[in-house]
Amino acid sequence: MPAPPLLALKGISKRFGAVQALADIDLEIRAGQVVALVGDNGAGKSTLVKIIAGVDPADHGVVVWDGRPVHITRPHEAQALGIATVYQDLALCDNLDVVGNLFLGREIHRVGVLDEVEMERRTLGLLDTFSIRMPSVRVPVASLSGGQRQTVAISRSLLGEPRLVLLDEPTAALGIEQTAQVLDLVDRLRERGLGVLLISHNMGDVKAVADWIAVLRLGRNNGFFDVTTTSHEQIISSITGATDNAVSRRGTREWEVG
Amino acid sequence: MSGGSGTAGDRPHRWGALRDSLRSGELGSLPVLLSLASIWLIFASLDEKFLSPRNLSNLSVDIVGTGLIAVGVVFVLLVGEIDLSVGSVSGLAAAVFAVLNVQHGMAEVPAVLVAVALGAAIGAVHGFFFAKVGVPAFVVTLAGLLGWNGLMLYVLGSSGTVNLDDEGLVAMLTSHYFNDVAVAYGVAALGTAGYFLVSFRDARRRIAAGVPARTGGGIAVRTGALGAVTFAAAFVLNRFQGLPLALLIFITVLVGLDHVLRRTTYGRMIFAIGGGVEAARRAGLGVVRVRISVFMVSSTMAAVGGLFLASRVTSASQASGGGNLLMNTIAAAVIGGTSLFGGRGRVWSALLGVLVIQSIASGVALLGIQAAVQYMITGGVLLVAVVIDALSRRAQKAHGRV
Ligand SMILES: Nc1ncnc2c1ncn2[C@@H]1O[C@H](COP(=O)(O)OP(=O)(O)OP(=O)(O)O)[C@@H](O)[C@H]1O
Ligand SMILES: [Mg+2]
Repeated sequence: MPAPPLLALKGISKRFGAVQALADIDLEIRAGQVVALVGDNGAGKSTLVKIIAGVDPADHGVVVWDGRPVHITRPHEAQALGIATVYQDLALCDNLDVVGNLFLGREIHRVGVLDEVEMERRTLGLLDTFSIRMPSVRVPVASLSGGQRQTVAISRSLLGEPRLVLLDEPTAALGIEQTAQVLDLVDRLRERGLGVLLISHNMGDVKAVADWIAVLRLGRNNGFFDVTTTSHEQIISSITGATDNAVSRRGTREWEVG
Repeated sequence: MSGGSGTAGDRPHRWGALRDSLRSGELGSLPVLLSLASIWLIFASLDEKFLSPRNLSNLSVDIVGTGLIAVGVVFVLLVGEIDLSVGSVSGLAAAVFAVLNVQHGMAEVPAVLVAVALGAAIGAVHGFFFAKVGVPAFVVTLAGLLGWNGLMLYVLGSSGTVNLDDEGLVAMLTSHYFNDVAVAYGVAALGTAGYFLVSFRDARRRIAAGVPARTGGGIAVRTGALGAVTFAAAFVLNRFQGLPLALLIFITVLVGLDHVLRRTTYGRMIFAIGGGVEAARRAGLGVVRVRISVFMVSSTMAAVGGLFLASRVTSASQASGGGNLLMNTIAAAVIGGTSLFGGRGRVWSALLGVLVIQSIASGVALLGIQAAVQYMITGGVLLVAVVIDALSRRAQKAHGRV
């Protein structure tokens, strides 16, 4: 019997007042897999991530972790299970250095005093494990590039040795080279056997790094594709919900540009 | 150095590191040291008495009251807020002490404790309205500026001025000197040796852990510089009346609070909140509690500083805590290199900044120029400091976008 998926969602629904943000969503992520979650604006991607991360639990549905049904109602419960979440914005303190950001809120002490040496040693170790290059771990992150900052934010989530990493648009607002840095890191997460759920609006990124693509449309599942065997057009049309019309052609253009 | 980021000696070339830090907007104490040096040079060339042991010794006592208040202001600035009430709180603390001790016959120690505790309580009130209720700190402490000044006038009542006991403990805070030359040299030696020991052990642990460490040469240079400055100060002070007690207390407070800011979780939380409240919140930091606490630190230090200021003139009066005190304390913190935008600064900026401000005041007084000139020079220096602050912030952001 194959190992159960790391995370399986069954029949997840979420409603905000009159808006049915998610309806009857199923999703599976296995260890060592990158699943891209795509969909138009308002499709419910971030809402789904928040459910898994325990920020805003679902109304209905089951979350199965490692083959066992679990109730995740708070962020630290998700973290305790081994689920780490990286939000695109506001995740770092600009004035603190890399070490300070990585260990913010979970500093290591030695006789009641911050143990900078140990924290720096572990930071360097972590960066080394994932082959992340940083000019220095002792410069304020404000002076790092966008890609490096995003890498720091992801590294921060890796400190707790998670098994699943949720990345909500990690490459939005990044240039080509910086995007490549972040995608490299995602690759390395997979190599080390972590599961990754990656939200992206950029088809190029998704194609480059994901194994599977899950499409959400208007809060519903609209396809689960193997990246290697699915064409661009197929994915775009399930995102936009059109088969072959003006919308889909325009959609194709927009998505390729991103 | 921001964020208590410890040593940054992990670059191969010192000049490369300097250039990088200039480009990334991390100027640290360089601007204030330069302006201090030029101010001293200018006044010394205009009047040789400026660098006389007597004048420098007086300067070293004059900075203490304002400097202690400025240290508290640094804490508030670090979380990106401001405290406009420190002048009034310092005056109130002095008045409460004077009235309790002189008019009601309470012993000095309990009277001091009451005054300082009152400061802490006032800070808690400010912090509560800011952090819990959500009133902007600017407004809360502006109300405090008026309100606590009013309370001080009320406490002083019709008497207006209360003279302190010349021989009392509080008066001694600024009048006592350690005449024995060994004390000043001993403190200088202790400080230098302590610094060396801490750096040396840190470097050894770093090497053992396999993380970048400051080189032996780097430690030697820094220790040497510190030793030169402290022994020169001790030498000069000993040529007048020896080490002033007030200065010793000030330095001790600075070392202690520097430790708190750079080496403890509490200090790290202060920097984190100043650098990104949302990130701090998501990391699970108790933002409300830390915010309240920095206002408590600020008001407590204001009360302590107020006692030193009263000690210097051996009286508390309706003028206590008034005049330029508030502006001087905030200016000192900013001139010393603490950012008005939050998240960047050190307690030592209080010392350096207040040295600049008092040096100008002292030089101008010595030359017999009007106070008007003093205000204009100080205003100019403050403007330069704020411009550097804003520019270095911009440089850092720009550097990050390459
Ligand atoms: N807290 C909330 N209160 C009310 N409505 C919400 C809330 N959060 C999300 N929604 C709604 O739920 C729907 C899904 O939003 P969600 O943010 O998950 O979309 P998304 O796929 O992440 O979109 P985008 O690509 O723009 O980030 C939207 O219609 C949105 O307006
Ligand atoms: Mg979203």
